[in-house]
Amino acid sequence: MPLNSKIPAGEMAQKWINYKNTCKLVNPANKRSIEVIVIGTGLAGASAAASLGEMGYKVKAFCFQDSARRAHSIAAQGGINAAKNYQNDGDSTFRLFYDTIKGGDYRAREANVYRLAEVSANIIDQCVAQGVPFAREYGGLLSNRSFGGTQVQRTFYAAGQTGQQLLIGAYQALERQIALGNVTMYDRHEMLDVVVIEGKARGVIARDLVSGKLERHFGHAVLLCSGGYGNVFYLSTNAMGSNVTAAWKAHKKGAYFGNPCFTQIHPTCIPVSGDHQSKLTLMSESLRNDGRIWVPKKQNDTRKATDIPEEERDYYLERRYPAFGNLVPRDVASRAAKERCDAGYGVGSSRQAVYLDYAAAIERYGKIECNKQGNHNPPMDLVIKLGKEVVKEKYGNLFDMYEKITGENPYETPMRIYPAVHYTMGGIWVDYELMTSVPGLYALGEANFSDHGANRLGASALMQGLADGYFVIPYTIGNYLADEIRTKAIPTDHPEFVKAEKEVADRIEKLMSIKGTESVESMHKRLGKIMWDKCGMARNATGLKEAITEIRALREEFWKNVRIPGSADSMNTELDKANRVADFMELGELMCMDALEREESCGGHFREESQTEDGEAKRNDEQFMYVAAWEFKGNNQWELHKEALDYEIMHPTQRSYK
Amino acid sequence: MNLTLKVWRQQNAQAQGGFETYQVKDISSEMSFLEMFDVLNEQLINEGKEPITFDHDCREGICGACSMHINGQPHGPWQQTTTCQLHMRAYKDGDTIVVEPWRAKAFPVIKDLMVDRRAFDRIIQSGGYISVDTGNAQDANNLPIDKHKADESFAAAACIGCGACVAACKNSSAMLFLSAKVAHLALLPQGEVERKTRVVNMVDQMDKEGFGSCTNTQACEAECPKGISVQNIRRLNAEYIRSVFSGD
Repeated sequence: MPLNSKIPAGEMAQKWINYKNTCKLVNPANKRSIEVIVIGTGLAGASAAASLGEMGYKVKAFCFQDSARRAHSIAAQGGINAAKNYQNDGDSTFRLFYDTIKGGDYRAREANVYRLAEVSANIIDQCVAQGVPFAREYGGLLSNRSFGGTQVQRTFYAAGQTGQQLLIGAYQALERQIALGNVTMYDRHEMLDVVVIEGKARGVIARDLVSGKLERHFGHAVLLCSGGYGNVFYLSTNAMGSNVTAAWKAHKKGAYFGNPCFTQIHPTCIPVSGDHQSKLTLMSESLRNDGRIWVPKKQNDTRKATDIPEEERDYYLERRYPAFGNLVPRDVASRAAKERCDAGYGVGSSRQAVYLDYAAAIERYGKIECNKQGNHNPPMDLVIKLGKEVVKEKYGNLFDMYEKITGENPYETPMRIYPAVHYTMGGIWVDYELMTSVPGLYALGEANFSDHGANRLGASALMQGLADGYFVIPYTIGNYLADEIRTKAIPTDHPEFVKAEKEVADRIEKLMSIKGTESVESMHKRLGKIMWDKCGMARNATGLKEAITEIRALREEFWKNVRIPGSADSMNTELDKANRVADFMELGELMCMDALEREESCGGHFREESQTEDGEAKRNDEQFMYVAAWEFKGNNQWELHKEALDYEIMHPTQRSYK
Repeated sequence: MNLTLKVWRQQNAQAQGGFETYQVKDISSEMSFLEMFDVLNEQLINEGKEPITFDHDCREGICGACSMHINGQPHGPWQQTTTCQLHMRAYKDGDTIVVEPWRAKAFPVIKDLMVDRRAFDRIIQSGGYISVDTGNAQDANNLPIDKHKADESFAAAACIGCGACVAACKNSSAMLFLSAKVAHLALLPQGEVERKTRVVNMVDQMDKEGFGSCTNTQACEAECPKGISVQNIRRLNAEYIRSVFSGD
């Protein structure tokens, strides 16, 4: 099937306006008989389910957590971007569009990104109307801060808990629709297959995780809002339950997977402390607003951070990238940290960490506070005391978290940080309408591939999730459903439902019958190690080929030797994990294939064979200016489709933050 | 360090539960409490036994899923800390740790340490929102909000819905949870329109769910991992009285 991105004709700034003016509508009476299934209740899923419920559709929403409010969007810390230009610093829809395309290293679709920038301002309005308590200035207006890859202040925030506050807003809107009967909520449910009838998505098979029972659910359309697949690396900043299963099942039922190798390694995470480590914790990018990143100038320097004098510190981001300094995009900052550590300048017991230092910021803020009090010649201890208070107000929860995890006080000694897997730009391929290559099946938020190219800018994930759910899908889904008003609800004893359920049941039975010797967790760790070593921050052809062989062998071993205690007909968290890890074992191979195929470096994808003399990522626009959309063709078999990226407005250049 | 764990095991909501004793060895002080449980579960799986079921997800102290009652305290000994953020530095070699699920009538046990907290969702459904459909908003800065009020609203909205307040309360009252939501919305001008009906409906729903009454012992605030203040309960009571006794 040829890829059709369905980008509307016309000038860039008019495309979305024209689309909205001409797309098909569904009248209110017809909406009442149309059912929509939403998988996942993070920012994309909750906002979509609530909005569609408000519009009058009959919605069924699913999440694997015990409550919709716990989806992993809740853990997003730093903020959400919007082109409001409240700071009068020259921001505009165009600038946000420009920064996002450039930040993504020219591997995102222009029209989608322009629309994202366009609706960003509406998101802030909507969230404030819902009662999201964003940070404010004393005059009562909204406050902003800076994030990586931009030179304006367009990030709205609620301390270091922005994701939590936005999700609670969307969750409350969703709960309101549940109370009104417009949305039915299925918590502790996992989607285990999509049901496709006559080429269209018509429902799902879900497992009630408490009773273990399989359920069939019909829908005129199915929305995948199931997040990213960073947990393929085992150690990531994702929640323990975050998984690829819903997206992967859709992929196996015909949805193309876009740019699977585009993974974001976040530069500021708490380093691994030992083999027991179950997950990694992010220290928000917002900390790079005020914190300075450095390593000692001397290799293998074992002195305490506070004992190393100023002139013996290498603020390597400020040195290498004077224009953006500590606020270079994430991929650049991560690689720079790896470079320093690999060269022997790392700190901490593992030597796999760099310092994020707040001493200068504490002093700067302290002086400002003293000035506010009219004290222009204050003693240093007062400056430090007041400075710490300001930093506490801005980042207190993050500093507390750091202290709990490491036992060190970041107000006194610099934090140790190291890059970790955080986000996946790749995902299910979608067209302009967010529809996958299966009609009636949509993907929103991190689950799709569309807006961030090869690298996502900070504070843009929340923006995209809510843009898709609140402001895009309510329009685009109508364009499809308008032709479905004559489709009656399909009874779930239809042969395709029966068949899909049987496939799911057979797989569960097979997993339970292995009764091997190794736990799911242990095999997941082994997969993660292969992925991190060979498909992580730096990749090369030899390593990727080895990884594919190793993953295949591990997968075979998994299906022969995994041990799942208990039974399938009741709550069984090991079985839940096994179902997810089995899918990661397949996805890992596709990621390596995609990374192998893309013989260029771009954004978070760094092929060692393709770098400039000073170690920056070197793109190859002539050969690789496309979206890699992979079609599943059976075990270990995929066909690559290429969607060419035509830049009408932007002129791709070597990305420079110097 | 080596530890003795006494953990509540219960096959399902109907089954009779009881404590089982386990030994864990070579626990590093760097581990989180849940990572120590991962070690125990790995051990149980290797012995051919069923691992312990417990709720957990983000392991960053924000999703509110984790919920262990540790040596008589919800989320264990550290102040303002969820179970997932509690680290084994809090214990020493030879310690015995008793771990139970949240105990409250409104939170029935699902299995082992996992409970059903959907009563909280139903309380939110009864009014914990501002009724604004998507697309109806004015420009965000058209509505200046006093910074102190916005900050206080945020402090209340920081509740993670974990249920530690209920577990800590001798009456299993949900007043801290409920009051945090009422305060979050009542402190903002956007919440003004539905202010009166919201508080009454939400209190009614809380009572229906079988949560107990508040007798102001303030154990909820002491154990809350996010430090939600009992000042919110004062606000809730004021809101309730204002709503019930005002004429219109």
